[in-house]
Amino acid sequence: MEDLYQEIILDHYRHPQGRGLREPFESQVHHVNPTCGDEIDLRLHLEERDGVLTVADVSYDGQGCSISQASASVLYENVNGLPLADALYALDRFSEMVTSKGEIAGDEDVLGDAVAFGGVAKYPARVKCALLPWLAWKDAVVQATESIEGGSA
Amino acid sequence: MSITASASGLDAQALRAQFPILDREVRGGGRLIYLDSAATTQKPLAVLDAERDYYLTSNAAVHRGAHQLAEEATEAFEGSRARIAAFVGARADDLVFTRNATESLNLMAYAFSNATAKSRMGEILPEATRRFVLEPGDEIVVTQMEHHANLIPWQEVCSKTGAVLRWIPLTTEGRLDLDSLPSVITPRTRVVAFTQQSNLLGTINPVSPIVDAARAVGALVILDACQSVPHMPIDVTSLGVDAIAWSGHKMLGPTGIGCLWATPETLDAMPPFITGGSMIETVTMEASTFAPPPKRFEAGVPMVAQAVGLAAACDFLAEVGMDRVAEHERQLTAHALDRLAHEPGVRIVGPTDMVMRGSAISFVMDGVHPHDVGQILDDRGIAVRVGHHCAWPGCRAMDVPATTRMSPYVYNDEADIDAFVEALSDVRRVFGVS
Repeated sequence: MEDLYQEIILDHYRHPQGRGLREPFESQVHHVNPTCGDEIDLRLHLEERDGVLTVADVSYDGQGCSISQASASVLYENVNGLPLADALYALDRFSEMVTSKGEIAGDEDVLGDAVAFGGVAKYPARVKCALLPWLAWKDAVVQATESIEGGSA
Repeated sequence: MSITASASGLDAQALRAQFPILDREVRGGGRLIYLDSAATTQKPLAVLDAERDYYLTSNAAVHRGAHQLAEEATEAFEGSRARIAAFVGARADDLVFTRNATESLNLMAYAFSNATAKSRMGEILPEATRRFVLEPGDEIVVTQMEHHANLIPWQEVCSKTGAVLRWIPLTTEGRLDLDSLPSVITPRTRVVAFTQQSNLLGTINPVSPIVDAARAVGALVILDACQSVPHMPIDVTSLGVDAIAWSGHKMLGPTGIGCLWATPETLDAMPPFITGGSMIETVTMEASTFAPPPKRFEAGVPMVAQAVGLAAACDFLAEVGMDRVAEHERQLTAHALDRLAHEPGVRIVGPTDMVMRGSAISFVMDGVHPHDVGQILDDRGIAVRVGHHCAWPGCRAMDVPATTRMSPYVYNDEADIDAFVEALSDVRRVFGVS
């Protein structure tokens, strides 16, 4: 169980990074985990920086268990300021790690603190908690890029 | 049988021998302490043996076939219906088998939407069936503590018929605010559907004042008894309601079988729900007529083995004695409430005393999310439920996003409760709260 509740996760739970909804944003999503009632509101702001589409801000608010809330905090730390393509790569690596049933250890160079969520993979019921903010973010990316494309068309 | 109890009470330790699953180890070596019986109960050997024996000796499609096995299977099925009905003081003909209590409640809800749809298509319905026809603005009353199974079907009826959903609100203690009855149950009320015992809060609701208010305006009364039939002696005919739904798997029986009891007048007036084979009287290419209840509501090959298993579960509980079951749970609940009252940072969500209270105890802990509480208990081999317990509006009314819930049954004893309470200090330790 110490695999699941690693100190790094509890630390993010107690001291979430980047929490709170901020302006500006291109997309806002609300995701819930209907089996346990965890909720997250997430906003995404994308910006062109040196010709590269970049995650300029991910802001969020929500309520839920330590795993889902800490996961939102590490999501923020991971993707904020990253080129969108790199951030999507990190999402895929995170998703792969937590759904691997413990087969795939995360790459710390890509995931940073998020590798601590590798232990979640052994608890099938908690995988959806860890994924909640990341899937909300992915949804926000789809909506934001659609609105950007729609706006420039 | 070697089960049961002394004259003085229920011997949970002796009963436990009938539930081999309780001997298994979980999470790397710990003894299983199963405290999630409000979700589903474990099954005694007698139930497993009854199902197996049915398949080994008598399996056949019931109510058809000219062979001996078909006769024996029909006998097993209808004999089980009679035993299950007798367990709750009912006549066999007034007991309908469904897939689960959710389906039982949907069966009632669909009686309204189907009768309404037929009426709006111009079908001339029998006078008794017109009771199920809803007009826009008619009202359906539930409570704020309902399980989604007794809420969403009525929301759907409203969206299909133009009826309006109203509800009896909760007090801060998690009881029904009965002062609201005169304003919630009005001459526009056509149905009152409520739970006898809350799966979220443990609250036992007083049936008669609600029945009286409903009767005064001619409304049909439906009772969700999922958390009461398994836990207290129930005589369905003495409650004064029109229909009662409960499930088999929460009372030591198998999954895949639920029950709906209703008065013969109610069942007789209701249009069918699921249609097809077995529920007909005559069939032509143009139209069909339907069998009398209960068969009208049991289309297709039914859940025979599950009925046999549930009858064995009823026999088991009857032998233990439902009075003893209720008393045993009362003792465990009082013990748990007493111990939890001394636990720092623990708040009970629901009644904190034993007045009109069942054995499901929901709680929250300061600084730790209910899901995390459950996870750490699980690490100690203690199985509880976390989340909104399919009673999300009830959680909102109690101002909690979710709870952790422990719910004991006949096979639990005070040592289980003590282990559960003592594990809460591990929760505080892991999360660094005190």
